[in-house]
Amino acid sequence: MNKLLCECGHENPEGTKLCQKCGRPLSEEEKDKKIADMRYEGTAIRSKTYNKSIIDKVWNFFSSVKVGIALIIINLVVASIGTILPQEFYISVATDAEKEAHYSDVYGWFGEIYYALGLSDVYSSIWFQVLVLMLGVSIIIASIDRGFPLHKSLKNQRVKRHASFMKRQRVIAEGQPAKNADETLALVEQKLKELNYNVRREDQSILAERGRFSRYGPYVNHVGLIVFLLGVMLHLVPGFYVDESMWLREGETRAIPGMEGYFLKSDKFILETYDNDPQGEQLKQGVNVVAKNFQTDVTLYQQKEGAVAGQADDLEVIKQYEIRVNHPLKHEGYALYQMDYRLNELKSMKFDLTHKETEESLGQLTIDLTNPEDEYELNNGAKVKLLAYYPDFSGFKDGVPQTATASPNNPAFIFKMFTSEKPEGETSFVAIQQTLEPDGENNYKMKFVNVETRNMSGLTIRYDRTLPILFVGGIIFMIGVAMGSYWNHRRIWVEQLADGTVHLAAHTNKNWFSMKKDLDKLTDAAHLPQYVDQQESKIDEQQELEDK
Amino acid sequence: MDKKKRRSITRGIILAVLALAIGYTVYAAWAKDKVEIVKEGSKAPDFEVVDLNGEKHRLADYYGEGVLLNFWGTWCAPCEREFPAMTRQYETYKDLGVQIIAVNFAQSDFEVQKYVDNMGMNFPVAIDKTKSVFTAYNIDPLPTSIFIKPDGTVDRIITGEMSEAQIAAYLESIKPE
Repeated sequence: MNKLLCECGHENPEGTKLCQKCGRPLSEEEKDKKIADMRYEGTAIRSKTYNKSIIDKVWNFFSSVKVGIALIIINLVVASIGTILPQEFYISVATDAEKEAHYSDVYGWFGEIYYALGLSDVYSSIWFQVLVLMLGVSIIIASIDRGFPLHKSLKNQRVKRHASFMKRQRVIAEGQPAKNADETLALVEQKLKELNYNVRREDQSILAERGRFSRYGPYVNHVGLIVFLLGVMLHLVPGFYVDESMWLREGETRAIPGMEGYFLKSDKFILETYDNDPQGEQLKQGVNVVAKNFQTDVTLYQQKEGAVAGQADDLEVIKQYEIRVNHPLKHEGYALYQMDYRLNELKSMKFDLTHKETEESLGQLTIDLTNPEDEYELNNGAKVKLLAYYPDFSGFKDGVPQTATASPNNPAFIFKMFTSEKPEGETSFVAIQQTLEPDGENNYKMKFVNVETRNMSGLTIRYDRTLPILFVGGIIFMIGVAMGSYWNHRRIWVEQLADGTVHLAAHTNKNWFSMKKDLDKLTDAAHLPQYVDQQESKIDEQQELEDK
Repeated sequence: MDKKKRRSITRGIILAVLALAIGYTVYAAWAKDKVEIVKEGSKAPDFEVVDLNGEKHRLADYYGEGVLLNFWGTWCAPCEREFPAMTRQYETYKDLGVQIIAVNFAQSDFEVQKYVDNMGMNFPVAIDKTKSVFTAYNIDPLPTSIFIKPDGTVDRIITGEMSEAQIAAYLESIKPE
């Protein structure tokens, strides 16, 4: 490792731009600049200096600002691509084949490609997560790589700087004070203290500083980001985060997914709508009802201590609650939210055993679709046997009726009707809008009377122990942003030579306007020569050249 | 020179920690996608079901025997296709210390009883009315078959239809010694 020996005798690490002791420019490139490069105080950025081992190479890759920016852009682009079409999570089909079909049916060739590339489930894809984590790594390493040298050099600042450093600051002043030359430094010190500067004096040199902590803003907000990312990572650790959903029918009791040992029963689902005549926007958008409230009245049960899955006959009532939108049922850190509903699922069907010719009724029977019975007794010794029940009849396969799902979307039955007229029984296949009589013409029929329906509630179960961490991360982030944005780091170097000549240099990382206001007050109070802004004068020179 | 070495070591350690964090996160995300609660090699959650004949079956009581836990529904065609093979294999394996329990997805007694009578299933069939066992085992597609070793750990999880040869081989592998 080569050391750079400055004229002042201080040894600087390779890559240093400004001597860490006196501020002389060290590199040729730096010497050619009119104004010193004050980023990171001219220290050697470690990653730009060593590039030997594999560790260094990886390190340097992640600490590069270019790589960081590229990662941010890539993350943004990918995340926004994921919003073009709805993600798989939001479409209500189960199998991969159905998903594929859904994307190609609804969105055509674009949907097909979208699905094939895995963009339909982009946020849970491993490569996306790796991208986000790489951004995290880049933030951490870049902060370490730049933060530590910056902190060191800010801490070890010397009061006295070399003339070449002073000359090459953006705002400088040079010359004899207008009066009271022997009191200049005392006046400077007094005024700057008045302006809330932190003043250090060594012999004939003064360094005044204000708002140094704002330099740490970016690092603080990076720490906040990392804490936030950590919270997001913890979502994946078992026991920290639950996000499940369930459909619950009225009257049904079922185990709550993600909440071991708990059961939930829906006692009733209520939907209330505004009863108004549609007008204005409502008419335009073809909305004829607007929901005022939907709620599920539930009972929460818990198994007895030591019970195992499947034991649901001995449940303790924990509480009853009306779950409404924004009023979740809360228990032990879990929250159950009302998210969705489906109205009017068939619950029971009523039939009338009727003579086809005479329309005479032998009585009615009600089939509870959640619990059909084998036999239904009617008047005068007539009875109806239920031979088969298909909740979601989807047609015949090889002459056998099929059911597509377990939900009673399209119930079909095979009845055997025993009457005094036909004691051996008549068979009838009954579906909605369809009756088949496999054994030839029957005398009796099952006449459909009416149905009872029930509603289903879509509930979401959430449990999130990472929230405080996300919250803290967010707060730290905002503190960092505020530190860096609302405060700035101002420094003024003043040196008085033996003949009374004053050299002044000033630097700030932002808000030069306020800096100059401070300097105006200082110049006034200590009768200093007028300062110049070298950057502005550069612009003036250029203007002059262009004017010519 | 010494300083340089130290720096390399520090950087190496930081990078290693970050790499581990990434590795763990990716692994956890991947594992979450697979099966959240029940994994091959993990202990099978204990449960208790009551079969159609009113008999209780508790997993813990089958300690020392192999158990095939099959989750199914009457509307599921692949379930229907694999039951005859399961029924035949049960004839052989029930005397070798392997139990089959079929758990139905909360359908009505009527449907399940009719179905079992039709299929002639000879192993216990229970209905999970509250979907509690389904939830505990985090069952998504039907059929799902969980093969449990005599020591109560999960040997393998099969989603979808199995051929008779597969059923026989998997039952063989959970047979007590």
